[in-house]
Amino acid sequence: MTNLAILPILIPFLAGILLAFTHNRIQLTRRLAMVFALIHLIAMGFLLFKVLLDGSIVLEAGDWIAPYGIILVLDPLSTLLVLTSSIILLAVVWYAPASVSEEQEGFYFYTFVFLLVTGVSGAFVTGDLFNLFVFFEVLLMASYALITHGGKKVQLRESIKYVLINLFSSMLFVTAVSYIYAVLGTVNMAQLAERAAATDQPGIITTVAILLFFVFATKGAAFPLYYWMPHSYIVPNPVVSALFGALLTKVGVYSLIRTFTLIFHQQPEIIDQLFLWVGNLTMLFGVIGALASRNIKLIVAYNIIPAIGFMLVGIGIFNHDGLSGSIYYLLQDMIVKAALFLLAGTIAAVAGTADINKMGGMIRSHPVLGWMFFLAGLVLAGVPPFSGFIGKLLLVRGAFEKGETVTVIIMLLTSLLILLSIVRAFIRIFWGEGETATQQTRHSTRRLIPVGFLMLFTVFLGVGAEAILPTVQQIADYLLNPQEYIDLVLKGGR
Amino acid sequence: MEIIMIVLAGILFGFAVYNILQKQLLRIIIGTALLSHAAHLFILTMGKLKRGAAPILTEGTENYTDPLPQALILTSIVISFGVTSLLLVLAYRAVKTNGTDNMEELRGNEHD
Repeated sequence: MTNLAILPILIPFLAGILLAFTHNRIQLTRRLAMVFALIHLIAMGFLLFKVLLDGSIVLEAGDWIAPYGIILVLDPLSTLLVLTSSIILLAVVWYAPASVSEEQEGFYFYTFVFLLVTGVSGAFVTGDLFNLFVFFEVLLMASYALITHGGKKVQLRESIKYVLINLFSSMLFVTAVSYIYAVLGTVNMAQLAERAAATDQPGIITTVAILLFFVFATKGAAFPLYYWMPHSYIVPNPVVSALFGALLTKVGVYSLIRTFTLIFHQQPEIIDQLFLWVGNLTMLFGVIGALASRNIKLIVAYNIIPAIGFMLVGIGIFNHDGLSGSIYYLLQDMIVKAALFLLAGTIAAVAGTADINKMGGMIRSHPVLGWMFFLAGLVLAGVPPFSGFIGKLLLVRGAFEKGETVTVIIMLLTSLLILLSIVRAFIRIFWGEGETATQQTRHSTRRLIPVGFLMLFTVFLGVGAEAILPTVQQIADYLLNPQEYIDLVLKGGR
Repeated sequence: MEIIMIVLAGILFGFAVYNILQKQLLRIIIGTALLSHAAHLFILTMGKLKRGAAPILTEGTENYTDPLPQALILTSIVISFGVTSLLLVLAYRAVKTNGTDNMEELRGNEHD
């Protein structure tokens, strides 16, 4: 049964290849894409059920036992994230026909979407640091194709910056991996954790850790390395933006959570402070960017950054509540960011412009769209019944436990400013006099169904927190105790 | 030997960064190619340079070369080869569409 661990990679990969063959029959491709996304979602749901019930699944590829071969690990954390990404995949594939032109869909659009998800799932399940780099490249390659998909002038201009910054950080990743290999003599994460814990030179490991932090922080858009992100995320089609905003930066955050809880926690006084302060500054600067923008897509894109800050702070707090908060926030943010990007895309398509100063009074013609956007804004800001609140509550509790009062103040201030930025956009777009010229209204219902599907999950994550929270807290305990992961992976290798 | 290789990798890193910081698009791409070479040399050196038998596990093999860095480099070379060729095509298209290969002019503004 260990072969099940390959499924998160295999299903989207095969789907992507099959969809390449049907690319010039658009209707068939759309239906097949929906079917594959649904299969992926069901399979991942089954895997999560199985992992929670029977324990984690470890696949040693080609029967090469753990520290020597490449391993894939389905533990509760990676399975939960793979499941969340499959939810987003389904919503995105559902929304795509309303937004992407038929001509563009014909240019292997769905193939790239599925290959992107292949890379993302691979990055979540791999148990090998170098393999993580390989899957990063898989997802980046697909993202390069998607960000230029359509070939508009502005897309090509921004994509060069996007490709360059990612290429640079990938090469730094390789360099960091080779440092680690020189110091610890392995790239298997479990063995790295074991050897790092036993080493008598924590200084050099912390140095490498900071290099690796730089790499993942660039991918995850943390302060001061987020400058490339907002403008390049708004140029492609809203579907692609949603996919990027929900998945790509979060893979960086996942890598940080995984490597820094497992391997690089040798000198907590340095690492924790680094995370806390980078997190604090990320929250503040991100939300300032959101407040300064007048473009609805840019407001949403800038709002990714404070969310990353919240998760980093959670890692920096490094106690039970902090880590559970981080993971909870990660899960809910993936879904709500996808929903917000799709909503922003719908608003921009309906209004014919993305500038919020040129819109107004849209609540009269598009009430559902308006209230959905409002709801998503509340979720994002963490207003009580919704999912953002649970994550923030856990983070605040964890920070108080650790005595980090400044961080708590910054977190609460940031939440307030996030609310301000979203509500201000809401008021500008939906209230007031004057009707924005409404184009393409025929598509707006078709666009709202997938968004509603995502909103359902965010509301459930908030109202039904009782159902998910125990699992998340269990994962936090598991992350705080790296020995469990080491034993899980290296059981046969000794 | 390792020292020479490390210094060489360092020089390549330096040239790569210098080239990436230029304004002309083609120079930047050459910079990224140099950067990947530097990183690959670095992996090779970090796995210790030594000569010996093939890394086949048999009894009594003492002096063997470490296969892992070579496998890592091979993977990484293929990836950076692919990315570099993609970047060249992308740069070509971007230059054709935007009418300039100067990064200063590709900066863009808030309102598009």
